[in-house]
Amino acid sequence: MSAVMKFNNKPDHARYDAVVVGGGHNGLTCAAYLAKAGKSVLVLEKRPVVGGSAVSEEVFPGFTFTVCSYVVSLFRPHIMRDLELARHGLEITPLEASFSPLPNGDSLCRWGDAHRTRREIARFSAKDAEVYPEFSLAMSQLARFTKSIIDNPAPNPASLKPGELVQALRASQGLREANPDQRFTYMKLLTMSAADFLDQWFESDVLKAPMSVSGIIGTFLGVRSPGTAYVLLHHYMGEIDGAMRAWGFAKGGTGGISNAIARSAQSYGAEIVTEASVGNVIIKNGKAVGVALENGDEIRADTVVSGLDPHRTYFGLVGEENLDNELTTQLGHYKYRGSSGKVNLAVDRLPDFSSRPGDGPHLYGDVAIAPSIQYLEKAYDQAKYGDFSARPYINMVIPTLLDPMMAPPGKHVISCFVQYAPYDIKEGAPNWPQRREAFGDAVVDTLEEYIPDIKETILHRQVLTPWDLEQEYGLTEGNIFHGELSLEQLLYLRPAAGWAKYKTPVQDLWMCASGTHPGGGIMGASGELAAKAILRRKAA
Amino acid sequence: MPIGTPFHPRTSELCTSLFYKDWAGYHTVCSYDTCHEREYHALRSAAGLIDVSPLYKYEVYGKDAAAFLSRVMVRNVRNLDIGRCTYLCWCDDHGKVLDDGTVSRLDDTYFRVTAAEPTLSWLLRLSRRFDVTIEDSTDSIGTLSLQGPNSREILKNACDADLSSLRYFDLTKAKLDDVDVVISRTGYTGDLGYEVWVEREQALKVYDAIMAAGRDYRIQPVGLDAMDVTRIEAGYIMNGVDYFSANACSIESRKSTPYEIGLGWTVDLDRDPFIGQDALKAEKANGSEWATVGLVYDWPAFERLFAEFGLPPQLPGGAWRTPVPVYNKKGLQVGQGTSGAWSAILKDNLALATVKSAYAEPGTVLQIEVTVEFERRRVPAVVTKTPFFDPPRKKS
Repeated sequence: MSAVMKFNNKPDHARYDAVVVGGGHNGLTCAAYLAKAGKSVLVLEKRPVVGGSAVSEEVFPGFTFTVCSYVVSLFRPHIMRDLELARHGLEITPLEASFSPLPNGDSLCRWGDAHRTRREIARFSAKDAEVYPEFSLAMSQLARFTKSIIDNPAPNPASLKPGELVQALRASQGLREANPDQRFTYMKLLTMSAADFLDQWFESDVLKAPMSVSGIIGTFLGVRSPGTAYVLLHHYMGEIDGAMRAWGFAKGGTGGISNAIARSAQSYGAEIVTEASVGNVIIKNGKAVGVALENGDEIRADTVVSGLDPHRTYFGLVGEENLDNELTTQLGHYKYRGSSGKVNLAVDRLPDFSSRPGDGPHLYGDVAIAPSIQYLEKAYDQAKYGDFSARPYINMVIPTLLDPMMAPPGKHVISCFVQYAPYDIKEGAPNWPQRREAFGDAVVDTLEEYIPDIKETILHRQVLTPWDLEQEYGLTEGNIFHGELSLEQLLYLRPAAGWAKYKTPVQDLWMCASGTHPGGGIMGASGELAAKAILRRKAA
Repeated sequence: MPIGTPFHPRTSELCTSLFYKDWAGYHTVCSYDTCHEREYHALRSAAGLIDVSPLYKYEVYGKDAAAFLSRVMVRNVRNLDIGRCTYLCWCDDHGKVLDDGTVSRLDDTYFRVTAAEPTLSWLLRLSRRFDVTIEDSTDSIGTLSLQGPNSREILKNACDADLSSLRYFDLTKAKLDDVDVVISRTGYTGDLGYEVWVEREQALKVYDAIMAAGRDYRIQPVGLDAMDVTRIEAGYIMNGVDYFSANACSIESRKSTPYEIGLGWTVDLDRDPFIGQDALKAEKANGSEWATVGLVYDWPAFERLFAEFGLPPQLPGGAWRTPVPVYNKKGLQVGQGTSGAWSAILKDNLALATVKSAYAEPGTVLQIEVTVEFERRRVPAVVTKTPFFDPPRKKS
């Protein structure tokens, strides 16, 4: 929904029960839950629009881009119900297909229709075509066991407190239901690389390559790096309409999700102020008592919640001087190292793929430029040594096919997620602006190999490097997940051992965004779980 | 053997799934694709074009047309302005509903009635003392329902009518690709939408013009399966599913009154005599036995029930219409769910139900039967005011 949202330009009051710093989708979710529980809540957002990275902006007149994040898979359905998001305009349409064009003029398309998918895959491997549904079933079952982990706070395994044990039981409930075979598969997933794991099931590179990429999105790892298999599971954890399955597109772009949550929060009485940049949390005697804006204004609150990533929360809002050395050391080791960028295009017609010419249902989904495992490894090789990939992995979505109102009639917007674009390029991250257009060119050149006339169709181009993601959207080192989703940074280790439950060492300062469990993607889970933890604490 | 509607040459070309059903003797598309999902989302996020030609249609004209229809219908249509449409129902002498439909006033003495069941003989029988002519136009008029948030923009591009000023349930004459049509702001999806009424001979021209105007707004041909989900989200009842025409009931207990099917608001009770009036007055005074309500399944309980069997929650693939028992807290059956659907937009499992009126208060927790692994179980379901989904654009 592209309806204009109304926000305040300054707070109505000087004091609130809770102030949420950062109006990203998790901050808004947290604010909505707190407001719904009757708390007076103020959300402070630095930018003129809410949503953080889940934002849709009219970057060029008439063309609305899903600027950063572009699809949604894991958004928790119970949050949609709790916060009445449909009433506030949220609508998620499942993506139709996964289309993988190949440089040789062939292509593979995976559809919602199982038989159609089987026929497609069989052109490359009759065996894989039959294994594919078995694989999907196995992964969906494992994903279901994992659901209890993402819907509960991460238990601390080092603690024997009864409360912790109960939490551990609750979170591991799914896995205890698994049979031994499923547990073995789970162990493999935790330890293997995405490519190796898929090798155990499939023989066709054409199929494996686009499947493997979900293991690397947002990490600085390659598809052959151990630990990437686990992230494959996330692809099957997406819960759309009760079914565990892939991706959806929100009407109006991902900003449509944020706007719906913002409207919901406002309907419960939360106040949202934009263009309000918070300088620091005011700490008195080890307690957070409010925030100071960069313009000097101060706002008092019983509770301060940070929707920023761990780096910006601890080293920015709190300040190292207020933290003990052990924690800052841990936080210093927490990895961001963004590896991706975004290229958004406004075009005057639909892309015409040489492998599947014309308009068609293959465009109503995501398009993966991932022709082979070797292609992806080569793309990673360049990134390891400080270059962006000359031929990157691209995940393309055409939002206007699902919401035509995002561009003038007949015109389209194209969202391209691009990996690899390392934050630390060899010229040094601050020099990214000089490489920005070259990076954009590499992406368009890559696309041209599959869409020969793409260059003629481009009306406008927006290129976002990891540096831009950091500078404009506050993502440290351009990491889209507030820190890599690698095993050593998940669960009770996210963002640091002992501080994984939304609480911080500063009393009454909490965290609610992707840098906390379960983190990553547009899930709303961190925001919800943080709000519930705060409310429990305040009730006690 | 069903026959084709006026739009059949186009819809049959598009319906590659070959999923059809018989609606009133016509071939009608269930879904153009093997699954209705994409069509459902088109209705809610872009626009869908549905062939609803099999709807029964009657042209009523003559000096007494308004008086006649006010005698037949529970609503006093004398008050209906020219260019307005109204939703209503009609009853037998005992106040039992025969059908529900719409009445549109095209002119001072010219109305159009739509119905779910053949209604000509009923109208003719009651028309004897009135100066009216009644014609069955079911076969001669094709009807397209263009529904969804983009429907206004599409139709604006296709016709010369001033759609910005066409309010909910207004209708207007218009030229659409040089063809005379009537456009009403009506539909069966509970969304922004229009119905376009055209003479059979010109039907294909109109179909093509709307599809062409909709191309840049991602119009999709949509079948009945997707529409069925949206009508449940909108809380719209269906004759033969959520209630039964008194004519079709062999036992009294199956019949319903307007109050019992949630159409009490269409009854203009205190006025000159109309069919069923005495019985409805008595019911109004004494209370109704049944009520039609919305039910929302308790999702966590639904999920837990399936988890007991080691299964993920299994949702209905489309709208269902096989009745299931509904119980009160004590386990006593107090009604039945008559149709339902999973609402992808609300993330809720919905049902329309007929329950004893004592259980109709919103917020009342009932139990609805769910079959899991061949076992009949129950989950809580909360009585909820319909429409379940009511976007502001419907009336804006």
